[in-house]
Amino acid sequence: MSTSELGMPRMGFFTDTSVCIGCKACEVACKEWNLVPPDAGPTGSGPGTDTDIAAMDLLGMSYDNTGSLGANTWRHVAFIEAEADDPRQGDVRWLMASDVCKHCTHAACLDVCPTGALFRTELDTVVVQEDVCNGCGYCVPACPYGVIDVRPGDGRAWKCTLCYDRTKEGLTPACAQACPTESIVYGPLDELRERADLRLATLREAGESRAQLYGRDPDDGVGGDGAFFLLLDEPEVYGLPPDPVVTTRDLPAMWGRAALAAAGLAAAVAGAFLGGPR
Amino acid sequence: MVPPAQFGSYYGLPILKRPTWKSPDVPIYLWAGGAAGTSAVLAALADLTGRPTLRRGGRWVAACGAMIGSVALIHDLGRPARFLNMLRVVKPTSPLSVGSWILTPFGALAAAAAASELTGIAPRLGRVAGWGAAALGPALASYTSVLVADTAIPAWHEARNELPALFVGSAAAAGGGAGLVLATVADNGPAARIAAVGAVTELAAGQAMERHLAGLPGGLERVYQTGRAGRWNRAGQVLTTAGGVGALFLQRSRAGSVLAGLALLAGSLATRFAVLHAGRASADDPQHVIAPQRERLAQRTTHHAPGHVQTVD
Repeated sequence: MSTSELGMPRMGFFTDTSVCIGCKACEVACKEWNLVPPDAGPTGSGPGTDTDIAAMDLLGMSYDNTGSLGANTWRHVAFIEAEADDPRQGDVRWLMASDVCKHCTHAACLDVCPTGALFRTELDTVVVQEDVCNGCGYCVPACPYGVIDVRPGDGRAWKCTLCYDRTKEGLTPACAQACPTESIVYGPLDELRERADLRLATLREAGESRAQLYGRDPDDGVGGDGAFFLLLDEPEVYGLPPDPVVTTRDLPAMWGRAALAAAGLAAAVAGAFLGGPR
Repeated sequence: MVPPAQFGSYYGLPILKRPTWKSPDVPIYLWAGGAAGTSAVLAALADLTGRPTLRRGGRWVAACGAMIGSVALIHDLGRPARFLNMLRVVKPTSPLSVGSWILTPFGALAAAAAASELTGIAPRLGRVAGWGAAALGPALASYTSVLVADTAIPAWHEARNELPALFVGSAAAAGGGAGLVLATVADNGPAARIAAVGAVTELAAGQAMERHLAGLPGGLERVYQTGRAGRWNRAGQVLTTAGGVGALFLQRSRAGSVLAGLALLAGSLATRFAVLHAGRASADDPQHVIAPQRERLAQRTTHHAPGHVQTVD
């Protein structure tokens, strides 16, 4: 039963990257509240290429030493040093964005989970039950955003819970609570969408021609995101897929093809017993 | 020093997560399930048509394949002790849930048929169990194509139309190959024929898949042609071709049949390794995600009025 059938608002995140200052308070608050362990290995949380830099636990990617979302990173702040459009703005056009699980309306991770460990909460968020997950890993390649991952050494899949332990008691998630600029806002999705539309119009008027909302549209390939974003450049610049689609949208057709193939196999084996020499 | 910002991707990092499915666990699982599924059908029909050595071999391969597949599947889990959690729900939206519900009864039935074969006890029940396994066999061989295709990995999902034929072709080649290894020349005719048909299907579906992927932007087909996947793929093509030809022309010779059958089994396994490694390489390449999705967006923009999230150039 969805939140609307229960007469409850669907809750989510609006992350307005235009006011992100890259302080990483969200990353820290998330780790602290959710007791997310540090990543194993000398390179910290991501793939280091330069050995000297890796030894210092730095990634050599601007101020980003986290890399990407994963089993042990549920908020990730991206830093992009783009070329300034206008020389009067200085050399660098800073893009900073705090990424998080999208809590898709049509969530592939939840669809493909064979144990029912992944479930949809009464707030319409998507959460893994760690006491049920058997670490099959199916959710990992299913996620079109590359969010969920299996934690090495633990064996189970982990991702943002949208602070389910807090939100079910009516509290604000840790990252939104810690955000000093209200770049991360938690609330009823309807209200967040209105707020985002207004903000986009303001930015467009101010000349931010590439400003766009990402994951806001309920008609997109995942039915809209419960955690959506205002970006100042194309999604792929931030490491986001430009047009994600829930893989299970094609599942009925895939089952059809597989059934046909199975029937073909049965018929071919039967055919091999007809005619021809023994 | 900070490298210059790369446009079009975030420092060239992958967008998707690499599948955590292990090698060789998952290729073995796909291969054993395919060989077992085909063998169960071969065994039941061999029983019906009076080919005792093909029946015996088929029952053996069905039971052993299901057991090897189950062990590989459980070993692949991050928490193997929780395997039975697979059976706490039935979820048609999860190919792995559907597969668990196919593999579990198939394994029990195939084991019963093989036990009856081995001991000579309750041959009628063994026959009924064999028919039960045969009914589930084709589904066991084909569902794994959906398991792989029902992901966000471009080299798998975009190949969703070709993977079922590739996987049942591979399953038929492996099952037929096992029959060639285990049945006498007097009984191995059907095994040779299904092996050859499977080999042709496997090779043709592989070619069709690469052609289809080559038609998409982003160079998706290259993950099946280069690197580890490419090497497995070429090995699979050589072995499957040799085995298929051998199945047709050497089936009258016991040694020739065994050689052809082993080549087909190895070729089928190599194809499964190629598919896993191609998926890993595809997940690692952000252009596999960006290029086809950009093209999709461009087509939509030219066909429809700009919507809410359309980009402004």
